[in-house]
Amino acid sequence: MATVESAITPEVVEQHGLSPEEYERVLNALGREPNLVELGIFSVMWSEHCSYKSSRLHLKKLPTEAPWVICGPGENAGVIDIGDGQAAIFKMESHNHPSYIEPYQGAATGVGGILRDVFTMGARPVANANALRFGRPEHPKMQHLVKGVVSGIGGYGNCVGVPTVAGETNFHPAYDGNILVNAMTVGVADTDKIFYSAATGVGNPIVYVGSKTGRDGIHGATMASADFEEDADAKRPTVQVGDPFTEKLLIEACLELMATDAIVAIQDMGAAGLTSSSVEMATNGKAGIRLDMNKVPCREEGMTPYEMMLSESQERMLMVLKPGKEEMAAAIFEKWELDFAVIGEVTDTRHMVLEFDGEVVCDIPLGPLAADAPEYDRPYLSKDDYTAWAGIKPMQQRPDTSDVGGDVMKLLASPHLSSRRWIAEQYDSQVGADTLQTGGDAGVVRVHGTKKALAITTDCTPRYVHADPYEGGKQAIAEAYRNLCAVGARPLAVTNCLNFANPQRPEIMSQFVHALEGMGAACRELDFPIVSGNVSLYNESKATGGGSAILPTPAIGGVGLIDDYATMMTMPFKAEGEAIYLIRAEHWATPDPERSHLGKSLWLSEIHGRDEGRTPPTDLTVEKNAGKIVLQLIADGLVSAVHDVSDGGLAIALAEMAMAGGIGAEVEWHQDYTQAQWWFGEDQGRYVVTVPDTDALNAALAKGTEDDETASIGFRRIGRTGGNTLFGNSIDAMRAAHHSFFADWMEG
Amino acid sequence: MAFRAAVITFPGSNCDRDMAVAIERASGSAPLRVWHADAELPERLDFIALPGGFSYGDYLRSGAMAANSPVMRGVKEQAERGVPVLGVCNGFQVLTEAGLLPGALMRNASQNFICRTVALTVENSQSLFTGGYDQGQTIRIPVAHHDGNYFADEDTLDRLEGEGRVAFRYAENCNGSRRDIAGVLNAAGNVLGMMPHPERAVDTAHGGTDGLALFEGAMRTLADA
Repeated sequence: MATVESAITPEVVEQHGLSPEEYERVLNALGREPNLVELGIFSVMWSEHCSYKSSRLHLKKLPTEAPWVICGPGENAGVIDIGDGQAAIFKMESHNHPSYIEPYQGAATGVGGILRDVFTMGARPVANANALRFGRPEHPKMQHLVKGVVSGIGGYGNCVGVPTVAGETNFHPAYDGNILVNAMTVGVADTDKIFYSAATGVGNPIVYVGSKTGRDGIHGATMASADFEEDADAKRPTVQVGDPFTEKLLIEACLELMATDAIVAIQDMGAAGLTSSSVEMATNGKAGIRLDMNKVPCREEGMTPYEMMLSESQERMLMVLKPGKEEMAAAIFEKWELDFAVIGEVTDTRHMVLEFDGEVVCDIPLGPLAADAPEYDRPYLSKDDYTAWAGIKPMQQRPDTSDVGGDVMKLLASPHLSSRRWIAEQYDSQVGADTLQTGGDAGVVRVHGTKKALAITTDCTPRYVHADPYEGGKQAIAEAYRNLCAVGARPLAVTNCLNFANPQRPEIMSQFVHALEGMGAACRELDFPIVSGNVSLYNESKATGGGSAILPTPAIGGVGLIDDYATMMTMPFKAEGEAIYLIRAEHWATPDPERSHLGKSLWLSEIHGRDEGRTPPTDLTVEKNAGKIVLQLIADGLVSAVHDVSDGGLAIALAEMAMAGGIGAEVEWHQDYTQAQWWFGEDQGRYVVTVPDTDALNAALAKGTEDDETASIGFRRIGRTGGNTLFGNSIDAMRAAHHSFFADWMEG
Repeated sequence: MAFRAAVITFPGSNCDRDMAVAIERASGSAPLRVWHADAELPERLDFIALPGGFSYGDYLRSGAMAANSPVMRGVKEQAERGVPVLGVCNGFQVLTEAGLLPGALMRNASQNFICRTVALTVENSQSLFTGGYDQGQTIRIPVAHHDGNYFADEDTLDRLEGEGRVAFRYAENCNGSRRDIAGVLNAAGNVLGMMPHPERAVDTAHGGTDGLALFEGAMRTLADA
């Protein structure tokens, strides 16, 4: 064993983000002192980002199975069966810290990374989506961050030729010093051509393909696992640089090779690069690995094994090939002008052995690196203690409104509810020529060459999660479910991106644990399992003064299936004179005197400047049955437009349908509620639908009354479409208000 | 005889499949798929399409490197012999860089990428490619580009207008193009470059089918010839 570099001092250990206890664990695992290469490898593998050490215990409690789930969490992405021998493969991932430091490259490489997670498994990526949280628009850095992130997402996704079809964007001061950039990719593969990461077959060649390794991104995973200090800008060199052109070539080359039978296992090099990809492949294959570091294609002269193992250079993959297939595989990568190098082999040692200049520079047993990595049961506040800590109380005084039309205009012009067109138009949403819908409740893409279509949505309401992590977690899942039902898609599964602050604070850990419990309950009740995901902790920043934590943001990416896209539903009003109904639980026919129906509503915060009250509760039985009924109404052709009721309440849902369709409406207030409650309350489990033929609807409902599920859901007729005004505002005036925020902010 | 079209794929092309689907829909025959490094373009072609995308990652200048790709020698030869060549988006950029069409495509005036369905006016319905439209007709076709701002000097623009070589104009200029130009023809009328994507509007599922008439019109004209 060669002696490499200097002795390991406590300072060096600390710089690598390992606690003294964790270093003790390293010493025990090795039975000796590590060298710097080994310490670096332990450091990234045991980082929060790679080891999930604070979250693993709780993630295990999430429901991950259903008959249609082919592969749940643990691989590069989740896989579900969509019939006809085809599978949808998808995942969402965060790139928060890099995007704050260098928004264009941070966001771009976030898209690149999630694309690789999906095509690694054999899928052609067919759609991208994202979930973005920014700080206050007036924050001095925010315009720069929004512009950079949006053009970075577009710059990467547009170039690789994957349409961006769905997304959500929020603004809140809690993200001033720590924005969130979560990117999702959905791909389609044949179920008999899905590739996994388990390295097997002693002696099989390990092959490196893609871009060369440079010194960029070293320690990215460790950075993503610590609070932001004041020196965020100084960390710019740890942000990777993306090359979507190379990624496009890599997609085509990998898919071309995957069409042959040469690949045993494949894994992308994402966070922690060559280290985590090789360790995961060997661990999943219950094998060992030997790499010759002199063979790693490098961008620069004189790179050390330490740098090669920790580099996060983009657009690289690691594969295990069947013996004798090297030449054929090399020819494919040569055609696409990509590097191809055999850098090692699969062994049976259960050790990771690295050689450099003829000497062993690393020899680590794989067990402690991955499967036996530290796992913490961090203390967390009970629900009641959390509520007290967060200062959440029922609303005392309940304001009302006498100017619904004026409030609608103010809300439409607010950052929260303004049109996202300025963002959406910077993404190519149509490449592939299979995009069927964007800008509605969910993005929809046709499965190429079939009648099927996949619906995709991203959802989370962080202010709800903050006020009540359990209810907020439930709501995020329920809203994704609702958005899929609203376009006529059967909700199948979700991926998530769990963005939270420092888990070593019991109040933050309470958010995490209880949000997960709420999500789990919703997924179980709605038969909507979680098949992949990512955890991003330590999202807090001292950059803006004080240790300000983000709002807890468990972003959900939902995927549903439409069997025949001819039945797909959309949200715009379609014709004049159609009846408008509100679908909601029968037992919500009258207001609940215990509830304000306005807690945590956007109306309350935008119109009254009050961020108060409790998160609206989500009744999962109602969600399930309402979803079922909406799907049935769509299948039976009884409704012409569907939209879920969410941020901004019923009035905003109606305004969005009117603006999208260019048709107004006459609508009635239900006088058991106050005007504010009725129009702006954010009660869950509700949809607005338009009905061209009310007799047909009534006939269908009459048939269904014996069904308990149908009976539990009520229909209330609230008006009819027609004219060119809504609440006294013209469609044109509403559209102008709706577009005003981004237009004024970005182009004004 | 079956319609014999070719769609050329450069490294970084990403609308090649979409183009092939549209040509097959209009002609009934799947086009040949040609890889850029094939120095020999197949002979006896009825139609050549250069698709959209980011050939060579738009490095250097959009279309500049693809314009020097081996296959472009064959494209130029066949274009000179009168074989119809359609370049869409990045394909248009390649055609200007290759000197098959005048002018250049610069960064959008807004500096932002733009993806939007826009209204176009058919300025010349007499060409090989636009016979399926009426003169002055307004059609709706999606654009998706970062470098679609058409530029040529005033003399060239006057000549293009005078010779009826402006095929399409934006009804509302979305990228800063001189004289709202969205698509131009070569002098012989057998090469068309356009920024909007007709292949993204050939199916009712696309939300519009105004692009289909371009492909069908061209195929019909060629069949009658």
